[in-house]
Order: sequence, then structure tokens, then C-alpha cells
Amino acid sequence: MFEAKLKTASGKVAFTIDGKPHEAPDGVTIAEAMLLAGLDHTRLSPVGKQPRAPYCMMGVCFECLVTVDGVAGRQGCMIRLCEGMAIVRQAGKVKLAP
Amino acid sequence: MTGTDFDLAVIGAGPAGMSAAAAAAEAGLRVILLDEQRGPGGQIYRAIEEEGLKDPVILGPDYRHGTSVAKRLRASTATYASETMAWLVDRTDEGFAVACSSPGGSRMLTARRLVVATGAMERPVPVPGWTLPGVMSAGAAQIMLKQSGIVAGGDDGIVLAGCGPLLFLLAAQYVRAGAKIAAILETTTLRDRIYALRHLPGALRGHAYLTKGLGLLAEIRRARVPVLSGVSDIRIDGEDSAEAISFIHRGALRRMIARTIVLHEGVVPNTQLPAALGCRMIWDGDQACWRPELGRFGATSEPGIHVAGDGGGIDGAKSAELSGELAALGIARDLGSLSAGDADARAARLEAALGRDRAVRPFLERLYRPHLSVPKADDTIVCRCEEITAGEIRAIAAGGCPGPNQMKSFCRAGMGPCQGRMCSLTVTRLMADVRQESPSVVGYYRLRMPIKPVTVAEMAELSDGSGGIL
Repeated sequence: MFEAKLKTASGKVAFTIDGKPHEAPDGVTIAEAMLLAGLDHTRLSPVGKQPRAPYCMMGVCFECLVTVDGVAGRQGCMIRLCEGMAIVRQAGKVKLAP
Repeated sequence: MTGTDFDLAVIGAGPAGMSAAAAAAEAGLRVILLDEQRGPGGQIYRAIEEEGLKDPVILGPDYRHGTSVAKRLRASTATYASETMAWLVDRTDEGFAVACSSPGGSRMLTARRLVVATGAMERPVPVPGWTLPGVMSAGAAQIMLKQSGIVAGGDDGIVLAGCGPLLFLLAAQYVRAGAKIAAILETTTLRDRIYALRHLPGALRGHAYLTKGLGLLAEIRRARVPVLSGVSDIRIDGEDSAEAISFIHRGALRRMIARTIVLHEGVVPNTQLPAALGCRMIWDGDQACWRPELGRFGATSEPGIHVAGDGGGIDGAKSAELSGELAALGIARDLGSLSAGDADARAARLEAALGRDRAVRPFLERLYRPHLSVPKADDTIVCRCEEITAGEIRAIAAGGCPGPNQMKSFCRAGMGPCQGRMCSLTVTRLMADVRQESPSVVGYYRLRMPIKPVTVAEMAELSDGSGGIL
């Protein structure tokens, strides 16, 4: 359960997760936006397909890997959410960009 | 004039990197500061230049000090490259080549000297269930608070488990923010408190930190947050996400419903880059982590490479700022833009201030000794990427596996995308336990460039057309 409530209200950014429309406050990272969206997990691990979610939020753990606008394996905690981004949760092994 | 782009490249824009870059530029060097984040500050001063929270009291005055460090950087002639990830550093005839990527693409730059200011990361806390959604590190919760004003836990409240100053700082910040804390499960034991007392007289030189700590504890007490001390055997249960946390307290097994759990057992130097650069590393028994062996001005065993800040050993933000400036002085002195007399006089003052600022550390290190970082339960996942358990590591170590690098071949521990960041310390300590040897004998994973995963396209962009990349 995550809530963004301690900052002065800013604009909203519209984006999609697995094709479904969502909104998040302007300025958040992709990983934060996914937690704010209330997802029970943000990916299934490549080895055992275990549900996982961001753990460190600083680029160390690589648990927040997502597909962003068609590019797989991106660190969601290191990328600012932008208007119109298409985020897709990864289920197990994915094909990486060349 | 040399053929390099810069005299100095600083990697990491936390307090150490900001101060190193500013001080070196003030001394007349051509400096570039590279950092992954969109603004300077590192983790401790995350989002320091942004608008901030509605109520600045939540984060406290120590956080706001970062504003002055960032201002000094901005006022200097140092080039600051945000959203720029350095992923490879190589030696050249004149110094170093640094490959980095930013949203606009990748590039290679050159510099005569290097300051590694990559700071700290949280010590991994491998307890059963720590990979479940709903579990995160205290640093993660704090980053979301600073950067985006996000609080976790909702009406049920969060459960904080482990030990260390950051756990209590986060708790106090949550109290100030009016967020609910269901409980603090503190692993610190009575024995830790008694043994730490021995270091208290020395710590009194750093009484401002002790006063701050006592203030945080008082805030938490006043808010009537339940604090259970001497907790052990923490285990998180849940099918698809965290549902409950169980632990032993005063000899009894207890279980609490918990959907948002924050773990913390202190921070450790982020040693990926210095280790990959071949800097000699030493095992720090008091901090239970590796750190690069550093000489005067933060010089590593590798010529031309300095380490500043928590990446050289955990001393906190204030010391990081001082050690960044110290590294800059040493490099400016070495490159002839500061006279030896000038540099040495300033360095003496900085070293004295560092001594005072570090005085509290032995007390904190003993008081907040980690208890969960060597998992007892065999079913605990140690390598989150490859899903290797403590039981598997112990069995392979008992079978005669000679070191962490061979462990990779046996079970792939440390070979996932995090490149061993989340399991390296645990694997070393588990192997040390099984073999009854010091971690310094067991050693650590051999690290290679690139130190961050990059795409082939990012590498190809660096090609000079001759077929080679570097």
C-alpha cells in the first residue's frame, strides 16, 4: 500500500501498465508509479517465476526490471515516468534488446 | 595541456562526489561529475534541488544541509552530467577512459585522474521471504519519501525490522509524516548495548550524533510506536506477497499480520567499481564488509584512482563531504594546480575534522552489529537473481568449493543481472562460517566491466569505425 501524499499536488502523467491506463504524479519513477498503482507484483522472476517487486529503489537489486516502450530489462527505479509510456510487466525470461 | 577531455572524472554525485568535483574545479582543474540520478545529492540528499515535501520538518535539518553542498557544485566550473551511468573504466596512456550512457546515447570520455564516489548500498538482509512483494529495504522507503513524498503501509502501517541508525531515522520521519508504524522489530540485543558502552567515551567527541539519535528515539517513543528489542529468527510468510512476519522475542515465537515490511541492517560500501578496477580490498571486521584499502587523500592501491565517501568505509554524509574535498586536494596537489604547502595545510584541517566526525562510529558499529545478514534457515534465498538458497551455498562450501568465484560455477550465485551486489557479502560470510575462516581469506566475487548491464547498441555507439570499441 503506497500513497504519494506529502508533496504539493503536481500534474498527472498518464501511462499504461500491461495495456491498462493509469495515472501517477509528475516526477515519480516507473518503479514508484507501479507501486502507487497497487500492483501485487511488478514482475515474475526469470528462474522460478516468483512474484517480485522493487526492493532497493537505487539501482542495486534489479528487481524492478520492466519492459518500457518495447525495450525489456530496464531498471524502473532509475527512469522517470513520462507521459504515454507503455510499461509491460515481465513474466519470467524475456528477450532482451540487441 | 594534455590530450584528455578532463583532468578529473568523478563518479557519483552524493556528498563526496559533489564536494570532490567542486573543490577540484575551484583549484583550477577541468572536472566532470557523472551521476545516474536526474539531480545531484546521491541517496542521502536525494532530490535536494527539487521542490521538496510540503512539510520540510519531516526530513529534518541534516537533509537540508545537502542544499549547500549542491550549491557549491553548481557555483563551480565542474561539468555535471546527470542521468549518466558510467559502466566501464579502462586505463589509457594518459589516465582513464570512462564509458557512460545517458538518455541521449553512450559516449567515451577521458580524464587524467579518477575519484570513485559511488557511496554506500544497504547491507542485504536475507531472511526467509525477503523476496516477496511488500518487502523492501529501509533505504528504498526513504528514497520514495524524499523523492516523491510517498509513504508505505496505509492504514495497517509498516513493520520495520533490523537495526541501525537509518531504521530509526525512517521511523521518526514516518512519525512526523503522520504515517502509521505497526511495529519496530529491533534485532539489537542487550549484549550489543553492553558491549557498545565500552566505546561510549570515545563517541562523546561526536556528541551531536548521540543527541540526534536520542532525539529520534524519543520521538518514536512519544508516538507510542511498539518497539520490540532483541528480536531474532525473522521470517516473512506469504503466497504471492507478504502476509505476516514471524520472529522470536523473549524466547517466544510470535507472528504479526504485515503486508508492508521494511528491512535494514546498516549500509556497506558499494565496492563494485573499485573492485572491478583492481583496487586492493580489505575485510573490515567491525563494519562486516569489504572496503578499498585507502592511503592519504583517499588514494587506492591503483595509481590515479581515489575513493571518497562511504564507498571507502561507512562514515556518513558529513565525513563523505570532507573526504571528497580531501581527495580533490590530493589530486590538485599531484597535478600541480595547488602547491604542496597549501594543499597540506588545508588537508590537515580536513583530517582533524574527519577524526572528530568519525568518533561516534565505533560505538554505532558495535551497537548496531548485524544479526540477520548470515542466514540461519537453509531455505533462505541468498542470491535473489538465480534463486540460490543458504542451504545450497553451505552444502557446496562444505563439499570443498574453494571460493566465491568457484561458487558461481557450481550454482550460478552472483551471475544474474545485479552482478552479485545482493549476494556477494552473504556468500562470502556463509563460506567463511562453513570453513571456519575469516572472510578476508575466503575473498569476494571477481568483478569485471561493464559494471552495469548495457545493451550491445550502447557499446556499438562507442565504435570509432575501425572495428574495435575501445
